[in-house]
Amino acid sequence: MSTAQDLPAGDAVTTAPPAGGPPDRDRARLLRRQRRSRWDLKLSPYLYISPFFILFAIVGLYPLLYTGYLSFFQWNRNQYSRGEFIGLDNFTFVLTDPVFQKSLVNTFSIFLLSSVPQIVIAVAVAALLDTRLRGRTFWRMSVLLPFVVAPAAAVLIFGSFFADQSGLINQVLTHLGLDPIRWHVDRFWSHFAIAGMVNWRWTGYNALIVLAAMQAVPRDLYEAAALDGAGRIRQFFAVTLPMIRPTIVFVVITSTIGGLQIFTEPRLFDNTPNREGGPDHQYMTSTLYIYVKGIEDQFYGRASAAAFLLFLIIIAIVLLNFGLTRLATRKAGRA
Amino acid sequence: MNRRPGFLVYGLLTAFVVGSALPLYWSFALGSHTKQEAGSYPPPLLPGGHFLENARRVLDTIEFWQALLNSLLVSTFCAVSVVFFSTLAGYAFAKLRFRGRGGLMAFVVMTMAVPTQLALVPLFILMREYRLLDTLAAVALPTLVTAFGVFFMRQYLVDAVPDELLESARMDGCSMIRTFWTVAVPAARPAMAILFLFTFMQVWTDYMWPLVALQRTQTLQIALDRLALTGQGQTTDYALVLAGTGMATIPLLILFVLAGRQLVTGIMQGAVKG
Repeated sequence: MSTAQDLPAGDAVTTAPPAGGPPDRDRARLLRRQRRSRWDLKLSPYLYISPFFILFAIVGLYPLLYTGYLSFFQWNRNQYSRGEFIGLDNFTFVLTDPVFQKSLVNTFSIFLLSSVPQIVIAVAVAALLDTRLRGRTFWRMSVLLPFVVAPAAAVLIFGSFFADQSGLINQVLTHLGLDPIRWHVDRFWSHFAIAGMVNWRWTGYNALIVLAAMQAVPRDLYEAAALDGAGRIRQFFAVTLPMIRPTIVFVVITSTIGGLQIFTEPRLFDNTPNREGGPDHQYMTSTLYIYVKGIEDQFYGRASAAAFLLFLIIIAIVLLNFGLTRLATRKAGRA
Repeated sequence: MNRRPGFLVYGLLTAFVVGSALPLYWSFALGSHTKQEAGSYPPPLLPGGHFLENARRVLDTIEFWQALLNSLLVSTFCAVSVVFFSTLAGYAFAKLRFRGRGGLMAFVVMTMAVPTQLALVPLFILMREYRLLDTLAAVALPTLVTAFGVFFMRQYLVDAVPDELLESARMDGCSMIRTFWTVAVPAARPAMAILFLFTFMQVWTDYMWPLVALQRTQTLQIALDRLALTGQGQTTDYALVLAGTGMATIPLLILFVLAGRQLVTGIMQGAVKG
């Protein structure tokens, strides 16, 4: 890549002026201009990126480091001040706190119930969209519709489906002579309901990402496969899926990061006064735990320790995802 | 995949779209009935005539207009800020040569994986120390820049601005900042629009951070939350709650109708290059 910046900007200054060059005053001005332009060239890139880094340092990096720092201290709640250094005590507390453990299990359960169906359905919908449809833009936009509904609004809408007494689903169930489901009490069903809201909002979005990858698959591969006698379904599994694998990984990783941070849905799904993920924390997620410990109870140290643990878990899972896919891809490449 | 899709494809897609739209339709339908009708069985499936009445009750219960204005202000401010700073930084990373470029860009990409709740407690402490709690500034501050924005603009500008164009601008004696304004910004405009849309939506729909940063002041999502909490202990007044939800969703629906095409392109573009 050759850019304008590759040109040695100082050349003109070092080479001797041509015979009968401009008078001295003009030359001096030229020199000044060239010097200014050289500084312009050198400094501008840093000037352009610095607002990002300065703001990020204040609202991103500093809080990050401060979280780590806080997690080693006790917190004096009455005086709003830092207490004693207590080493890893906060981490020990959080790791042995049954509520935190429960929140971790809940987070994973909700995450699996949401991302697995979400990705499978998204791939299927993308495959449907990757045909020569009439009214392409219409279909793509329709699929994305739920994405513009805020999670808080989505919970309220779905709350009217999943209400224990008067909810639409239970009304239908009892009408059919079945037992109503205790959506806010039963641990699994609460996870199911929350995952449903997440899936509703994100499946179409993911379908569009997968669709973009599908459209980049060279069409002659399909022709070749068709010549070899592969039907539509066979083509999908033998050509499409392997070709879009990197995008699937991308979708898996972003939905992992998002899914492990879920907060709004479990917070608002709870209609008991304390709103800590159900009366028995059946659907309290780890982020909700951090919020309750840190903002409501003001155990800053413990909340910070929990936040850091969750961060480590997310990193570990992302790396695991990455490694597994690398492995799978290499195997496929050798085959 | 070259043949025209048959009935099955359209049928399945229609089923998916109907499933996606149903909850929204349901909320508008139920939000236009009286409290009694909304709680009856069989539930009303068609819209009723009481939406305006419910809307008035919503306006009596929460400070809807103030919350709407707050959401609008914060979302617009953050979106403008993110777009401006991301375009500047993205342009530098895409087209300018400087020491440490690779390392700094890798750092930007890495920070995209940092979860937001990690900073929840320290940001809260920070805002309290600077007496910003319960102000819109506190809501906006954490989203003035995003790593995603820088990454997105860089990816776009790498291809969108030909190096020759930059070279000739420099040959003509354009200063760096003028080159940026006259060559990079016009080329970046479509991506800037998409990033604006994304950031706007992200701030508009956020619930967690406003919940932490605000007490009396409300954004739309916080106002909805309060609306759902009123009448707690009794059977929820779904007519009221869903009318409020509908009112809070309409602005984004309008945005979606106007700019949904760009949103779709943006998502698909970001994916291929990401």
